[in-house]
Amino acid sequence: MNATLKMRFANRDRLKKLLFGNREKNGLLVSVVMYTLLISIGFIFLYPILHMFSISILTPQDLLDSSVRWIPRSLNFTNYRLAVITLDYFNTLWKNVQIALFPTLLQVVSTALAGYAFARYTFPLKRLWFAVLIFTFVIPPQITMVPTFVLYHNLGILGSLNAFLVPALLGQGFNSAIFILIFYNFHRQVPDSLIEAAEIDGAGHISSFFRISMPLAVPAIIVTLLFSFVWYWNETFLVNLFLGFGNTRDEGLTTLLLELTRFEDSYAPAITGAGMPPPDPVNEGIRMAGTMLSILPLGVLYLILQRHFVESVDKAGITGE
Amino acid sequence: MDKKIKEKRRWKPSGRTLRNWVYAYIFLAPWLIGFFLLVAYTLERSFYFSRQIVAITPVGMVFIPHGFTNYADLMQHTFFIQNLVSFVIQSALQIPVIVSFALIIAILLNGKIRARGMFRAIFFLPVIIATGPVMNELTGIGAATVPAVNTAAIAGALSFLPPMVQSPVVSLFGQLIMILWNSGIQILIFLAALQKISVEQYEAAKIDGASGWECFWKITAPAIKPMVFLNAIYTVVWLATSGQNPVIDQIAFFMHSGFYGYGFASAAAFIYSGLVLLLLLVCFLILRTRKEKVPKLVKRLDKRNW
Repeated sequence: MNATLKMRFANRDRLKKLLFGNREKNGLLVSVVMYTLLISIGFIFLYPILHMFSISILTPQDLLDSSVRWIPRSLNFTNYRLAVITLDYFNTLWKNVQIALFPTLLQVVSTALAGYAFARYTFPLKRLWFAVLIFTFVIPPQITMVPTFVLYHNLGILGSLNAFLVPALLGQGFNSAIFILIFYNFHRQVPDSLIEAAEIDGAGHISSFFRISMPLAVPAIIVTLLFSFVWYWNETFLVNLFLGFGNTRDEGLTTLLLELTRFEDSYAPAITGAGMPPPDPVNEGIRMAGTMLSILPLGVLYLILQRHFVESVDKAGITGE
Repeated sequence: MDKKIKEKRRWKPSGRTLRNWVYAYIFLAPWLIGFFLLVAYTLERSFYFSRQIVAITPVGMVFIPHGFTNYADLMQHTFFIQNLVSFVIQSALQIPVIVSFALIIAILLNGKIRARGMFRAIFFLPVIIATGPVMNELTGIGAATVPAVNTAAIAGALSFLPPMVQSPVVSLFGQLIMILWNSGIQILIFLAALQKISVEQYEAAKIDGASGWECFWKITAPAIKPMVFLNAIYTVVWLATSGQNPVIDQIAFFMHSGFYGYGFASAAAFIYSGLVLLLLLVCFLILRTRKEKVPKLVKRLDKRNW
């Protein structure tokens, strides 16, 4: 009697441990709930992309056929061919790389310098400038949009890449304030004694910046490079406003996303070319192929550098040390 | 004689300090020039424009002083006001959804799970690829919402609400995925904060007999509260500048339209920015963390660098 009771208790404990777990290990029940949640939310996150991809490979006949939902009846990539022509893909891709890369490089330099000034030195009005820095992050850029347009026009940099390069060089590019704060965090962690030792060895202010602080701030440089690149790459509105000004479509700088917004308008002229009517009117399949193509370069970049992107938030020191 | 002593007593920075100041400003110079030219100057111009009628003529821009009439006119502009109101309502709905969703995901990811890296990568993916044009295309094919969510049914169930509140709530469900797509950075910020809490702290609390629920409120919640504030601010700034925001398009429309012009657009931008700052202020007032009492010594040490 007593033995069976003990057995029953032991079994109950074991079951409890299996279901609810203990300190070292999750129980089965907890695990099942957690993985179910994570997997279903993960699916929800990926759903738009899967949906987009499945539509992008449908032929016009499949699109109209309500019995075809996810899997096409035949594999065809005509949509992609048409989308490549419409977006003027490789030309646009090269322009997009220029727009994203060159301002990013300048932005790294200017934000590193400003971050260093705040981290290393004590100087008059430091608090004021730091408050101003935070302020530049929270004011919406739209407020200065109109006069900036006029200013660039007067400076003669409207309609060329300079309209992006000049602000990046002056530490006022896209989200520069965030990058300055990241560099500030990194430069601050360099121990004073290291700089002082270098000073005794005869290093000046400039060389201790280049030869001690910058090499130690490599993670911050990576974060700035990646995110600045992505944010410049994804900008549509200001590219249209500042870079597209006064240019025809072919000579102006443009991005894949900007071309995506013009997809409908550029489809017929791009496909027809020689004055023939286009083979098919633009349909969802072709549009989705275009959308797929427009996110493809960054998607590939993300796939390769995924770890650096995801770990950047840890490294940026946003959560404090 | 007296004068000389007085002069000597006046504090003068040493040569070294002075040199430090000079170098600090050398390093800061590009940013400072940028600030004066591209922020301070343009802000001032923007305010000036907003009180003018700006006409573009062959000889250049002509300014006609207009007082605050642009602002008054905008207050009468039904379409603009409608956009502003819907922006505020949508933000007020989306911010709590995004922040709490991000927190739940972060807590899940912080648990003892396998393939954390893969899940993190999936949740962060939209940060890279979610942009206005792509979102518009996806909304166009109905990929913005979970297929199981029936918006018509939700609209029916919420019909007791006034339409001003009901339609944003319904659209919240209709665009659920797109809203969740905005939470990538927030998830990682929460996750980084959660991983900073040491396991020992939980274990000590468990030994003292605290339940999981108590641990959450006594250990986890205080650690992530500042991050809630940070994430709310980030979400406001993100939504305010996102490519899907109709107010921004409208300001650009005012700018390029011959009828409205630069002055009107500037005034609109000022009103909009004021509203965004107001939203940030509300977030600050609701979510700010009271300053902890820092021992004086720590404070003094901290001040050294300032």
